[in-house]
Amino acid sequence: MEKFGEQLTGWEEPYGMLTFTSDKNMNLKVLQFLYDDAELGFRFMTDLCAVHYPNEEGKELAVVYHLHNLKENVRIRYKIFTAIEKPDVYTASALFSAANWMERETYDFFGVNFLGHPNLKRILNIDEMDYFPLRKEYPLEDQKRTDKDDEMFGRD
Amino acid sequence: MSEHVTLPEGNVEKHTTTINLGPTHPATHGVFQNIIELDGETVVSAEQTVGYIHRAFEKIAEHRAPYQITPLTDRLNYCSAPLNNFGWHITCERLLGIKTPKRVDYLRIIIMELSRISDHLICNSIVGVDSGAFSGFLYLMQYRELIYEIYEEICGSRLTTNMGRIGGFERNFTNQAFEKLERFMKEWPPALKEFDEMFVRNRIFMDRTIGVGPISAERALNYGFTGPNLRAAGVDYDVRIHTPYSSYEDFDFTIPVGSTGDCYDRFLVRDQEMWQSMEIIKQAYQKVQEFKGAEAEVYHADVPDFYLPDKKDVYTKMEALIYHFKIIMGETALPVGEIYSSIEGANGELGFYLITDGGRAPYRLHFRRPCFIYYQAYSELTKGGLLSDAIITMSSLNLIAGELDA
Amino acid sequence: MARPVQYNITDKPLEKPYSIVQGPEGYMGEGFFASKLSDVVGLARKNSIWPLPFATSCCGIEFMALMASHYDLARFGSERVSFTPRQCDLLMVIGTIAKKMAPVVKQVYLQMAEPRWVLAMGACASSGGIFDTYSVLQGIDQIIPVDVYVPGCPPRPEAVIDGFLRVQELVGSENLRRRNSPKYKELMETYGIQ
Repeated sequence: MEKFGEQLTGWEEPYGMLTFTSDKNMNLKVLQFLYDDAELGFRFMTDLCAVHYPNEEGKELAVVYHLHNLKENVRIRYKIFTAIEKPDVYTASALFSAANWMERETYDFFGVNFLGHPNLKRILNIDEMDYFPLRKEYPLEDQKRTDKDDEMFGRD
Repeated sequence: MSEHVTLPEGNVEKHTTTINLGPTHPATHGVFQNIIELDGETVVSAEQTVGYIHRAFEKIAEHRAPYQITPLTDRLNYCSAPLNNFGWHITCERLLGIKTPKRVDYLRIIIMELSRISDHLICNSIVGVDSGAFSGFLYLMQYRELIYEIYEEICGSRLTTNMGRIGGFERNFTNQAFEKLERFMKEWPPALKEFDEMFVRNRIFMDRTIGVGPISAERALNYGFTGPNLRAAGVDYDVRIHTPYSSYEDFDFTIPVGSTGDCYDRFLVRDQEMWQSMEIIKQAYQKVQEFKGAEAEVYHADVPDFYLPDKKDVYTKMEALIYHFKIIMGETALPVGEIYSSIEGANGELGFYLITDGGRAPYRLHFRRPCFIYYQAYSELTKGGLLSDAIITMSSLNLIAGELDA
Repeated sequence: MARPVQYNITDKPLEKPYSIVQGPEGYMGEGFFASKLSDVVGLARKNSIWPLPFATSCCGIEFMALMASHYDLARFGSERVSFTPRQCDLLMVIGTIAKKMAPVVKQVYLQMAEPRWVLAMGACASSGGIFDTYSVLQGIDQIIPVDVYVPGCPPRPEAVIDGFLRVQELVGSENLRRRNSPKYKELMETYGIQ
């Protein structure tokens, strides 16, 4: 907090977990600080995922990091927002090897481009897929199905 | 190791063989692919491909009411389905601020520890099968059938249980359930002891597994390992102790911790965890027996918004009818908020990151799946070992395909 | 509380203390037994089906319970489950097949030698199951011809044994010339298999 000052915003504490936000270009600096600082010592990355907010202009995709300090048993949530036209975020996989596949999964589902990632390919979907399925504009079902009888299900 | 001449790209005399430990390999593990480069029998590198069973749980969850998500969570780590169900219900309870009564907590603990035993049972016997000892698997599967019978008494289904409701259970445990539980508590320890005697000090098994696939504690933490794999590397991180849920703080149990993180340590940690789970079940059973009178009939918390009211109330009272209708149609609105809660699944910390926006379904639900996170380390674990060691490492990591891909 | 059980509550007495399987029909004489070739070949084939368990997800654990000693599948002749398609007769597709996995299933099916049968175990293999999503193949009959479907999520081991017995019936009563007939070739054409 003392180091970064006003660059960290959005302090909340839903259900006991401290959450804060910052500008997306600072994510590596903040993560490194949280890792190295002797008092804070957040050395365990629990989770990395993304959320799509289609209504916020310029801040549609949020990348959320959950970090955990195992010694003091403190968890923290750190969010960064990025625009959907150019979703570039620096990769955390140099610091936490756990972030490697988690970032690939985030890329696969939302299209967040992690700069500097060693192997940014699709991981869970087929390689030839050309859209990012978990974004809100895409439906759940496969639209190319021909054998569903819509009349019986009440849709027509 | 002899020096190899570095040859130009595309030269015919490539000295590593590429083999494909492909998506279809013997039934036990599930579908994931490893492309392994071998130099003779030694593994030089391994590259993993997952996603062969991607069922888009997170996308489905955005269209489903909370009770409809419970069957989805079943299919994450399907060897221990009640653990995932209760993890989801505990997440919802934390979001809604519900406190479950003690009897519910103790009954939940009994079922959770039974499912932990059944998962570790499969993992250890499959390590045995992969190293050639098939009979241990057959002996232990009998006890898994006993556990299935206990699940059937409580919820009706064997494997994908969809057990429990937000706030407790759907019905009280019958007397037969308790009888079967007592039978399990009597018959299981001798069987586990026999299994131990067959494997733990077995010369062949020790030669196959000691020093195979080791990982140091720092690398394990960096890779995000949790659960028995991390405890085998020496770090005693267990969500049941760090953030106790469902009254685990009332119980007295130890956490087994290994030292080198190799396959033998993982096997032993899982084995000891099964003994510890047995201790917890005995204590919980005793505590449940101590509830007398009206308290002995409590099996759910009072949550009218999410727990179906009694049928006789539905037929007579108006509010019960409305609640019943709203719950069945899934129209109860979840409060706005975001929460991350985790439980100690059989493979590690199973986390649920839930963001709600006041509608009937979550806005975003993300599962923090332990298998997905520690499978990344597989190439580091097998580098420099033999091919058969790579197989044993894979099975001792307890990779469940449902959890890997979600 | 639980409703009382209504079915199967009285023990049915057995007619004889042992049970005999009927042999194929034929003409019995002194020291010889004449029957149809397809019956005899069917009898031999149906009691020694070697399955390939193509297990992907939760149904795979029920399959493991099936192979274990409580519900033993080996007593029906499938003592040796092979994991290579070149040596098996029955492809049991157990569990969800995602679109990423579909070419693999097709490849395994093509590598099997005639005569081959397919059993789809579980709701996901039969029709996509509860996963009506963009990434799950809605039933394996979109890519390979299936002989028996066993529904359930997961199906109880008894249900799978029932499915397996139906496969045995199919195997035992199959015409020896079926695999070369034009009707079969047409069926394969609809799947794009030569």
